Amino acid sequence: MLQIILKRIAIAIPVILIVASLTFFLVRMAPGGPFDAEKVVPPQVMKNLNAVYNLDAPLIIQYRDYMLNLVQGDFGPSFRYPGRSVTEMIFTGLPVTFELAFYAIIVAMIIGSLAGVIAAVNRNTLLDYVPMTIAMIGICMPTFLLGPLLVLYFGIYLEALPVSGWDSLPGDKILPSITLGAAYAAYIARLSRGGMLETLSQDYIRTARAKGLPEHQVIIKHALQGGLVPVVSFLGPAVAGLIGGSFVVETIFQIPGLGRFYVEAAFNRDYTMILGTTIFFSTLIIFFNLLSDIAVLLMNPRARSQT
Amino acid sequence: MNQESSLWSDAWRRLLANKAAVAGGIILLVLIFLAIFAPWIAPHSYSYQNLELGAQPPSSEFLLGTDTLGRDLFSRILYGARVSLLVGFVATSVALVIGVSWGIVAGYFGGRIDSVMMRIVDVLYGLPFIIFIILLMVIFGRNIWLLFAAIGAVEWLTMARIVRGQVLTVKTQEYVLAAQAMGVSNIQMFRKHIYPNILGPIAVYATLTIPQVMLLEAFLSFLGLGIQPPMSSWGTLIRYGVESMEEYSWLLIYPGLTFTLTLFALNFFGDGLRDALDPKISSD
Repeated sequence: MLQIILKRIAIAIPVILIVASLTFFLVRMAPGGPFDAEKVVPPQVMKNLNAVYNLDAPLIIQYRDYMLNLVQGDFGPSFRYPGRSVTEMIFTGLPVTFELAFYAIIVAMIIGSLAGVIAAVNRNTLLDYVPMTIAMIGICMPTFLLGPLLVLYFGIYLEALPVSGWDSLPGDKILPSITLGAAYAAYIARLSRGGMLETLSQDYIRTARAKGLPEHQVIIKHALQGGLVPVVSFLGPAVAGLIGGSFVVETIFQIPGLGRFYVEAAFNRDYTMILGTTIFFSTLIIFFNLLSDIAVLLMNPRARSQT
Repeated sequence: MNQESSLWSDAWRRLLANKAAVAGGIILLVLIFLAIFAPWIAPHSYSYQNLELGAQPPSSEFLLGTDTLGRDLFSRILYGARVSLLVGFVATSVALVIGVSWGIVAGYFGGRIDSVMMRIVDVLYGLPFIIFIILLMVIFGRNIWLLFAAIGAVEWLTMARIVRGQVLTVKTQEYVLAAQAMGVSNIQMFRKHIYPNILGPIAVYATLTIPQVMLLEAFLSFLGLGIQPPMSSWGTLIRYGVESMEEYSWLLIYPGLTFTLTLFALNFFGDGLRDALDPKISSD
């Protein structure tokens, strides 16, 4: 058990290093220097700028310096915003994005697993068809469409909820959280329905029923643990999607989170910011994949012997 | 040969019995038809700007209204269908070529080759590809062909896994072992035995990849990192729809509806195809 976990960690660390190196060289391959877009500057100024940002050193030295700083948590200065470091910008935006993602996951988990379990228990009845049809719509309706539609209806038509900002008006966190969580609620509903159906057909469930346990106890005590394994293994990879979703949701609702910083950096070609956030996001995603792998190992005894 | 054709005709019959899949298929055929013949069907030019006209609500002249630059929305949606569907098919084809070859080589040769190739797939699975695609679009410019290639290069992983699994199963069947014992060459073996057996899962997975690819493209276009004007995909139309939705809600609603309906159709058709080709897999 511990060995498997250690093995996974041993794979994850080189992967993170490879991602960081790959991103570093990709960004350096970008045509033109970072200051080309601005007005023409005297050669001496250019030289000083390059020196400040360590761009005059040979590539391999730049790479070494960058990686050494990286290990210490220093992502270097921002190209676009002089005087601000990428690390500082990441840690300004991160708490907001984390909070948003947290609410979204809570929304998704509660609505999704509830709908999925109800659908599975009432298989092939109206209580199965209606939630599953809504889930299908939820999967086909992209975040960047659902968000604006919610804004249009609740914000502009009903004027019931604020449609932009974060922590500035009461209730301004509701629409973004629902928008980001909706697609996951739909996936979780489908996964938990599938998992529950499979678990409910197992022998140990029949045994539990045979010994006279009431149905709700069978479901809560015995079926849920097995039935929700697919949901837990989905949560790790879902983090990647949540990050992508936060780009969209933070743009729509004008939330000052890391996702919006990233999209802005992509527009402004703030290369160091892109480089830093890419590495940061990648590490986050790899870390959460690892976490959900471990959680699945803990929840499902059979997976331990298989891997 | 007889065996083979009966497998496909059985599947065809099961597919036709599935109403949601048939409805999805019909919607898709109509969309593909509209996209191909857009230049003849579109009532107006997709790029002609009539600033005096401005944004008009839907009318008999402009079926779905016009955008803020006076361009006919219906025509723009038709032309957008071309770009969106093209991205779907081309990027899926890229994924198909890479994934199928990778999976066949790994599954057929097995052993060390297999474990190295699949370990690479495992590692790639853990990478944040959305971020990488954005990175590529930023560095190399927003080029539509690069977009195709980048999306395709991301979506092949699952395909490789599915194909490899299928090849591994087929490889241990008695008739394949018999053929091997008789000294059939690798190429012959592939054409006669492996290929017909992996066709079904590939068709199913390809159909289910197309909506994912289209979503990814629309996501990038929405952020302004995908298709660039004057070309427009459904993602860009939704982006502009959002910008002006407060006054002109039709600019958001019609492109959004079209896009969602298409994804619906593709998903239902794909699910139906899976159930038809592999009755064992279908969960319920």
